[in-house]
Amino acid sequence: MTAYIARRLLLLIPTALGIVVLTFGLLLLIPGDPAAVLLGENSTPESIARLRQSLGLDDPWYIRLWDYFRALLTGDMGTSIFQGQPVTEIVFGRLGATFELAIVSLILSVIIGMTLGVLAAMKQGSLIDSAAMLFAQLGISMPIYWLGLLLMLAFAVILGWLPAIGRGEPLPEAIAAALSGRPQVLMDSLSHLVLPALALAANTAAIISRLVRTSMLEVLREDFVRTAYAKGLRRPRVVIRHALRNALLPVISVIGLRFGALLGGAVLVESIFAWPGLGQLTITAISQRDLPLIQGIILTFAIIYALVNLVVDLLYAAVDPRVRLG
Amino acid sequence: MNQQPPVPGKEPALAVSNLEIRIRGDHDTFTVVSDMALSVHPGETVCIVGESGCGKSITALSLLRLLPEAAHVEAGTVTINGEDFLSMDQRRVEDFRGEQIAMIFQEPLTALNPVLTIGEQIAESVRQHRQVSRRQARARAVETLQLVQMPDPERRSRQYPHQLSGGMRQRAMIALALACDPKIIVADEPTTALDVTIQAQILGLISDLQKRMGTALVLITHDLAVVAEVADRVVVMYSGRRVEEASVYDLFDNPVHPYTLGLMGAIPRSAGGQVGGRLVDITGTVPPLWDLPTGCAFAPRCPRADSRCHSEQPPYEEKRPGHFAACWEPDNG
Repeated sequence: MTAYIARRLLLLIPTALGIVVLTFGLLLLIPGDPAAVLLGENSTPESIARLRQSLGLDDPWYIRLWDYFRALLTGDMGTSIFQGQPVTEIVFGRLGATFELAIVSLILSVIIGMTLGVLAAMKQGSLIDSAAMLFAQLGISMPIYWLGLLLMLAFAVILGWLPAIGRGEPLPEAIAAALSGRPQVLMDSLSHLVLPALALAANTAAIISRLVRTSMLEVLREDFVRTAYAKGLRRPRVVIRHALRNALLPVISVIGLRFGALLGGAVLVESIFAWPGLGQLTITAISQRDLPLIQGIILTFAIIYALVNLVVDLLYAAVDPRVRLG
Repeated sequence: MNQQPPVPGKEPALAVSNLEIRIRGDHDTFTVVSDMALSVHPGETVCIVGESGCGKSITALSLLRLLPEAAHVEAGTVTINGEDFLSMDQRRVEDFRGEQIAMIFQEPLTALNPVLTIGEQIAESVRQHRQVSRRQARARAVETLQLVQMPDPERRSRQYPHQLSGGMRQRAMIALALACDPKIIVADEPTTALDVTIQAQILGLISDLQKRMGTALVLITHDLAVVAEVADRVVVMYSGRRVEEASVYDLFDNPVHPYTLGLMGAIPRSAGGQVGGRLVDITGTVPPLWDLPTGCAFAPRCPRADSRCHSEQPPYEEKRPGHFAACWEPDNG
């Protein structure tokens, strides 16, 4: 297992290099001159040229790539053109909020998706099965922003149970506060988190539930499930220990892929619910053509994605000895 | 119809009578096994022989109440150690499985869980039936692996099925079945998935352990060579029915049913008067279960069949003491 982890960690290096080159190259292809945008409508060609030079936009691409690369190694992702602050600082300031939203959504979607999927598979053809699959169909076909607005309308505007926008204390701090006797802080954080997390989770939960159902139905027909019954094991044990564990294999790899979708979905959900995370930042940065900031955000997203997939591969290996032991 | 050769002074460990199994098709249900009966005493080996599709595997599954969803027992009884197994509640059935009656499956690669170690899978069964600690169950697993002559049992118990060879996997499967000292073992073609060289070893192992532990063994096979090797008594099945039943010697010496004769003709022999002789095959194929002929199901393929064979089903009766068959025996009549 240690060798497997080491091998996967080493593979992360070329992946990261590729990501850097791609994010850099992507921006070369995008039309629009950041200097012109930055200076606004009253700019003269001379002032634009001056600014381009001071931002280093006139250097050939390979020099810029090299400079970018060297800076990255020291953790410097450049300076935001509009905010004048280091990109690293801005991104890290927002990262926690997005991470919190994405992780909570992921956990929600795994719990909801697995429960529905297992129930549907166990009661194939029943009302529970139909209801679960109807939910899955809705979850897959409903656009995130539409679901977000509906949730907001229902629970915040009409029922008034939950706040419509914003974020409470970050979860780790809120949990610490709750532990030191101020549970209302945690409740506040959670109440802000519920709607955006649900909106973001629905799609993934739906996909996971369908996948778990199919996968369970397949595994429940396997010979080793019959062997488990032949040993005299009770049904819940057969389902959970023998069937579900095997049915989880495809689910785990999908969770990795879906994490990327969650980060993408966060861009929409954060804008709707005014969640102060990277997604919201992305939209601002793009509308302002804040190149270094966009680069920094994409790079961060990509590296998170690569890391999550590493974790997923390790999880896969932990669950399936055939991967681990070859 | 369901007389069995009596074995004095002993209760059978497993007794099946009048068993009828039906399968739900797309439009209607049809019978796949009918009027099946069987009795197996402690220490005895009864082989059920027949071609694929004759209902032997589904009979085996019904003995553990492990029939697939589309199939069900329509009539008959299965008695295990004097208790009616088919009317038992689910809890008690689960208590019986593994502890009273265990099964060895045909294909150990798919019948073992790929994500659990061999030791875990055996220990799990032990813990289900015995009040023992995790550690004791693991120790028992290693002990059973030793019993089935698994090389390096301690290390193998910590390995996964895919890390073992086919023969070792089947040894693990046997260990799994033996873990709780069941009174009855049902083995469904336990050597079919193995290399020929390994087949004899595994067969010898099963037979040897069964004799030593006094287990009742039901062995399902299509291979008469296997039958000759291990059986005490043999039941020949055709199209879901018994066609002949006798002690192994009697059956090989004086087969009554033309189907049994046909099966024997299909065994290659290297010694005796048949050196260089051709194998005889049975012409035709097994009739589909949803379209059985009115008379004897074997009649369309039988070289001796006459008009009565085609119109009337022969009764299953005792032809000689302890030797049963369902045949009009047109030549002798």
